[in-house]
Amino acid sequence: MCLAIPARITSIDVAADTAKVALGSVGKEISLALIEDAAVGDYVLIHVGYALNKISEEEAQRTLEMIAEMGLLEEEQELDPEPTSTVAGSGGQR
Amino acid sequence: MKYIDEFRDKALARRLAETIAAEAHPGRDYRLMEFCGGHTHAIFRYGVQHLMPPNLRFIHGPGCPVCVLPMARIDHAIALATQHDVTLCTYGDLMRVPASERKSLLKAKAEGADIRMIYSTQDVLRIARENPDRQVVFFAIGFETTTPPTAVALKSARAEGLTNFSVFCNHVLTPSALQTILSTAGPDGVQLDGILGPSHVSTLIGSRPYRFVAEQFGVPVVIAGFEPLDVMQSALMLVRQLNEGRCEVENQYTRAVSEEGNRKAQALIDEVFRIRPEFEWRGLGFLPNSALALADAYADLDAEQRFPVEIAPAKEIKGCECPAILRGVKTPTDCKLFGKPCTPDNPMGSCMVSSEGACAAYWSYGRFRASSAQPQAASRL
Ligand code: SF4
Repeated sequence: MCLAIPARITSIDVAADTAKVALGSVGKEISLALIEDAAVGDYVLIHVGYALNKISEEEAQRTLEMIAEMGLLEEEQELDPEPTSTVAGSGGQR
Repeated sequence: MKYIDEFRDKALARRLAETIAAEAHPGRDYRLMEFCGGHTHAIFRYGVQHLMPPNLRFIHGPGCPVCVLPMARIDHAIALATQHDVTLCTYGDLMRVPASERKSLLKAKAEGADIRMIYSTQDVLRIARENPDRQVVFFAIGFETTTPPTAVALKSARAEGLTNFSVFCNHVLTPSALQTILSTAGPDGVQLDGILGPSHVSTLIGSRPYRFVAEQFGVPVVIAGFEPLDVMQSALMLVRQLNEGRCEVENQYTRAVSEEGNRKAQALIDEVFRIRPEFEWRGLGFLPNSALALADAYADLDAEQRFPVEIAPAKEIKGCECPAILRGVKTPTDCKLFGKPCTPDNPMGSCMVSSEGACAAYWSYGRFRASSAQPQAASRL
């Protein structure tokens, strides 16, 4: 039940400290009581009707790049003296 | 959806899996505890375990708030609703958790108690406003992720002067559970080489509170997001730390977790709650400083004080292995009740109720056969 989901803010009601967010194609009203400086277009993590935190686009991109690079490294490691036979999806026991 | 689909990319997952397989030394074990039920769920749903080399194993931790809530607290909640005729509001996950004498909130509701399932603490406030002649109690549960919304509700109730609203508080603290797991780890307890730290909890508390894990216990931590690529990248980061002999708190989930966390939410929690001297956790026992109660300034909104109840000592289900599973020393298939008769439709223990519980994950994704060393299902990535 700690799951929070990313959603984009589509409008803000400053007086009520609430926002409307788009969750896929569904709209929802959430409370902004826990975060500061929210703006329309921001992505926030939603949990039980509250925005917990903003999501950083920059950091998300950086993480994806790092994941891609971590995978690439592997291709240069074909000379690994002890190649492990269990690779993606083989699920086998040696 | 943005920030979800990219982190489920199949091609990237396979490449990550190959890198992990290439870098994990065949001669050593990588026993990684995923603290959160959210991770357990992702690992099973996407078959991440099957993408890992055989010497890298995920051990399921106690990070499922429904699973660690002791039965006595559900008994207490039912007693609030039946002995004081209050309107008891709570999150859906709790409705089917077994209580003593084969009861549950759902059964108590069927028998006439006024128990309501809510989505948000804002709903509870609304119910209290609309029913001024009823006492409305919020059965609050959850780790640091779910605590701030309770704090907001308490503050709003105070500001509005709502006198028919109170909170039965069961919020618990992640670091103290980790402390217990680590201090009992070893030959008699669970054996751990690294920890995948909570992601959404950490958006609130930040990464700093985990330093003691590395410093005091010499176990590396990586704060890990809940999507499959997040879990796999974090596993690789732990493999690298272990291979290089490093022991640090690293943060994989940088898109939402900072070192200091959400200060606004932390300030709110400090204002509204105080730390309980001890609190019972299913499986872990009574842990010091491991939970929150309402601060003195909010004591009048504390349902435990407002509505004293009488309850008999809780009666656990005989044979249920949830306590050992929550400590990471047993797996669901070690339980004789697993699958027969205990299933998500007929849960006998808390770990079968929430989708984040280990028993429910084993059952729902049909991977329980793979808990031993014989993976049968292919990865779903
Ligand atoms: S299978 Fe059911 S009875 Fe057994 S440990 Fe899991 S929840 Fe408890």
